[in-house]
Amino acid sequence: MEGPALHLSGDARPRLPRGVRLMHSEAQGGWVLLAPERVFKADNITVEILKRCTGTATLDAIVDDLAKAFTAPRERIHADVVKLLGSLADKKLLEVD
Amino acid sequence: MTNEVSAPVPLGLLAELTHRCPLGCPYCSNPLVLDRRDDEIDTVTWARVFREASALGVLQVHLSGGEPAARRDLPEIVRASREAGLYSNLITSAVGLTPHTLAVLADAGLDHVQVSIQDSDEASADTIAGYRGASARKHAIAKEVVRLGLPLTVNMVVHRANIGRIGSMVELALSLGASRVEIAHVQYYGWALKNRAALMPTREQVDLAVAEVDMLRKQHRGRIVIDAVVPDYYARFPKPCLGGWGRRSLNVTPAGKVLPCHAAEVIPGLEFWNVRGHSLAEIWRDSPAFRAFRGTDWMQEPCRSCARRDQDFGGCRCQAFLIAGDAGATDPVCHLSPKHALVGQLAEAREEAAYTYRTT
Repeated sequence: MEGPALHLSGDARPRLPRGVRLMHSEAQGGWVLLAPERVFKADNITVEILKRCTGTATLDAIVDDLAKAFTAPRERIHADVVKLLGSLADKKLLEVD
Repeated sequence: MTNEVSAPVPLGLLAELTHRCPLGCPYCSNPLVLDRRDDEIDTVTWARVFREASALGVLQVHLSGGEPAARRDLPEIVRASREAGLYSNLITSAVGLTPHTLAVLADAGLDHVQVSIQDSDEASADTIAGYRGASARKHAIAKEVVRLGLPLTVNMVVHRANIGRIGSMVELALSLGASRVEIAHVQYYGWALKNRAALMPTREQVDLAVAEVDMLRKQHRGRIVIDAVVPDYYARFPKPCLGGWGRRSLNVTPAGKVLPCHAAEVIPGLEFWNVRGHSLAEIWRDSPAFRAFRGTDWMQEPCRSCARRDQDFGGCRCQAFLIAGDAGATDPVCHLSPKHALVGQLAEAREEAAYTYRTT
């Protein structure tokens, strides 16, 4: 498997584009990411990352914030975030300003 | 039935707002007998259906038709779906949709637009749609969708007349600004079934098309999402129709009848309930049509003991009826079906015939 097509720098500002919404659904038993004709279940880590993808926070700031909130090593968080955002960008579920 | 199958939580609602449409595509998925305008359920009823759908757990509503823009109350309908907390997807031919209406829909909270385009070759596309000038209008509206900041999917239905142009169809979708393109091989129900001999591609064409889609996906990765609906007459295993009967989605017809899938009315003896007389929750849980093939208890062999039974759910019930003559049989597309040879014979029965266009 190739790596993601997207290369994110530290000052990139990721956000969900119009037509992609993170939502909590009681009936579906948790968080879901709604996208054009697709629905993805979102686990807790995904939710924590995506809530921070506001289009104003930079990748560096998002990673710092998560590392602090979860007292986890920054490199590990960085790798998780880049992996998730890369796979979302491949599916056209993420934009970067 | 002795074994009760509890109703799962649905994800999607296909809302067929009207069967009216200016186009005449010979593969239209609407039934051969169309609901009349006088019988269409009104705005208030749709708003109730959306609230009930949301309460059931439905996340997305697909506003379809016919051509949904043929309904003057489309903006109110979009607003109602948004107020119900649903993600709204407009599935449109774009003919009959104006830039003004589109802007109103965007303001009303529309989440996504899918525009159908019949071919990358404009003259061919207009011939398939049975509507001169359709292409130019579709391209203009598709660009307007993108200009308004809404995500655009282009839906390309593929069959014998255009199957060689998949590469240029994807190029067209990219040039219009689409973030997603569906390469949807014709599924043979309704009008498409009527036109099967004229639409059916050859196995060689299908094999080439599948390989081409794989290549295009790699080539355009990160630029556009390419989703494909496979041509199932040449498959070894059946499609898991809608992810299982009465399991993930429901379909409301223009007149308010609730179906497990849009083609389900071809199956004789099924009793469908209408939103005029029942809540959506009652219909989903208790209506005879939804219970008929829910779960796996209804299955015959070879499905019943098959390792894939929870994966493809026996395939498509409508196709089992249409080809094998029994809605409870294994979808004959499956190579394990005793009727599988029939599917090959039907695929070979190609004919250079004029299309029977959908009539309104």
